[in-house]
Amino acid sequence: MSSAPIRQDTHQTEHDRLIAPGHDFGTVTDTISQIVLQRRTPLGWVLGFCISFAVLQLLLLAIVMLLFKGIGVWGVRIPVGWGFDIINFVWWIGIGHAGTLISAILLLLRQEWRTSINRFAEAMTLFAVSCAAFYPIFHTGRPWLAIYWLFPYPNTMGLWPNFRSPLIWDVFAVSTYATCSALFWFVGLIPDLATLRDRAKSKPWKIVYGILAMGWRGSARHWHNYETAYLLLAGLATPLVVSVHTVVSFDFATGIVPGWHATIFPPYFVAGAIYAGFAMVLTLAIPLRKFYKLEDFITLKHLENMAKVMLATGLIVGYGYMMEAFMGWYSGNKYERFMVWNRMTGPYWWAYWSLILCNVVSPNLLWIKNLRTSVPFLFGISFVVSIGMWLERFVIIVTSLHRDFLPSSWGMYAGTRWDWAAFIGTLGLFFTLLFLFVRFLPAISIFEMRTILPGAAGVEESK
Amino acid sequence: MKGKQPGTPDIYGLMAEFRTPHEVVEAAHKVRAAGYSAIDGFSPYPIEELSEALGTHRSALPKIVLGGGVFGLLAGWGLEYWASVIEYPFNIGGRPFNSWPAFIVPAYETTILFAAFGAVLGMLALNGLPEPYHPVFNVPSFALATRDKFFICIEAKDPKFDRVETRRFLETLSGEVHEVDH
Repeated sequence: MSSAPIRQDTHQTEHDRLIAPGHDFGTVTDTISQIVLQRRTPLGWVLGFCISFAVLQLLLLAIVMLLFKGIGVWGVRIPVGWGFDIINFVWWIGIGHAGTLISAILLLLRQEWRTSINRFAEAMTLFAVSCAAFYPIFHTGRPWLAIYWLFPYPNTMGLWPNFRSPLIWDVFAVSTYATCSALFWFVGLIPDLATLRDRAKSKPWKIVYGILAMGWRGSARHWHNYETAYLLLAGLATPLVVSVHTVVSFDFATGIVPGWHATIFPPYFVAGAIYAGFAMVLTLAIPLRKFYKLEDFITLKHLENMAKVMLATGLIVGYGYMMEAFMGWYSGNKYERFMVWNRMTGPYWWAYWSLILCNVVSPNLLWIKNLRTSVPFLFGISFVVSIGMWLERFVIIVTSLHRDFLPSSWGMYAGTRWDWAAFIGTLGLFFTLLFLFVRFLPAISIFEMRTILPGAAGVEESK
Repeated sequence: MKGKQPGTPDIYGLMAEFRTPHEVVEAAHKVRAAGYSAIDGFSPYPIEELSEALGTHRSALPKIVLGGGVFGLLAGWGLEYWASVIEYPFNIGGRPFNSWPAFIVPAYETTILFAAFGAVLGMLALNGLPEPYHPVFNVPSFALATRDKFFICIEAKDPKFDRVETRRFLETLSGEVHEVDH
């Protein structure tokens, strides 16, 4: 690549580059594919996988318990008929949004820095959606009896779902989202699977990757259609980024419950989703780059950009909280006013103020450049934000429901040990899938990394 | 390796190997200028200039995706209309059977869903994938086409193809020219 001009303008300082100097097509390919193709599984991986897999068993236990006894094992009681199931559903779905934003919107906006983080962010999306799917399916108690009111299929009762219900919109939105994310992810993987096929040493892996790569040979004609497909998929996934959490927020906003019935919900849910998602991407990217020595590819620039997105979306979320409180007062409706006052000073005041601390106060530290580029600080704050976003859903759902219109219908809510078992179990599922992913598939898109190498840009400049 | 006699056209074609993207794009222009048409280039990442130099036509994919989207929209809305108005009309809160504003969301989702399937399946179909066997893989160094090497292949079915002449021509462009067996 000696003849290619180095792009000095954009790759100058250590803080400012997307890929460390000294890499060419070969080293990028080898470094990333080596993680997958190395024979010896690192001890750290085995340990991490075993812990995640053990935690996953908790989910199975929680499911067995639920099916055996019914949803009475969960803490949901009237007036709080929605509890951990929907809190965790919204939390997981939200996390997925960062993956789609990175892979679709940042691609259309030609943000080159997305390239080394998009693959595992997309994987994160898929796994987060899998975890989210657990809740709506199992909150029905007997899922095999509940499918007919979720999916339209000719059933023996001749009934059809009520398409006017936001819960049905949710079924369509989330299943489309999961399918499109999987398609996008797989299409992105095809050229890299071909690389693994050509570089695998052992016959069985050659066959496995060969089947998955479907005979990809890097033909210029194929690339032409491929690029078109990739761009169109990005265009199709872009409305999904904003529509999925919008539809999720409709589950609340179309109800008349004070604290839910607000027009600000869709944009503020979407911003919150991206906020939580970037926090999770940071939570995953920081150990990944450290453990597999990928600092050359996931640079400080990437981490800092993600921190900036977090700061921006965190401020939008803060604005959402402010407007919620303002509208509660400005509406003049005594139930709305009571709801806001009860959130701040009622029995769940601790949840509300912890959420403000986590989501509104702490991200403002990211204004400071030294903190924004400190890896341990970013790792810490990504946890704070994840907890804050979980608390946000807890506050929205529980504090809106637990004080009903009539004081005779007031109550309190707390998750039971089986609620917690299911939640922690989905974390086990998430990390189990992630560990499998980094071991068997390239966690960074190899072919897209080649395109941002200085040598690759030389073609356009030489013409 | 069958049919080693020079001049016999029972090979798939001839393949030239390149080390940089500049070289392959330049060579592609020259191959086209020399009048060859049954040609293809191979690269480890998409190079727009290479597709252009080889004379790739506009992709038909956008039309397929549009078709998928339109089908998804009609199918989604059709399902809602049929289920709520024709098959089982049911008065829910006094709302009209055809509650079209509420029907927008599922129809919107099926539009995207079918368009996305159109994009992926359309791309695979246009590229003729999955393709379990292809002669280019018979060139040992072709495994590097997914790492750091670039290739141009002139197929034997090209009317201008001549095993000796074409080879000589390709050797002026690249130091390494391979025969591609069937």
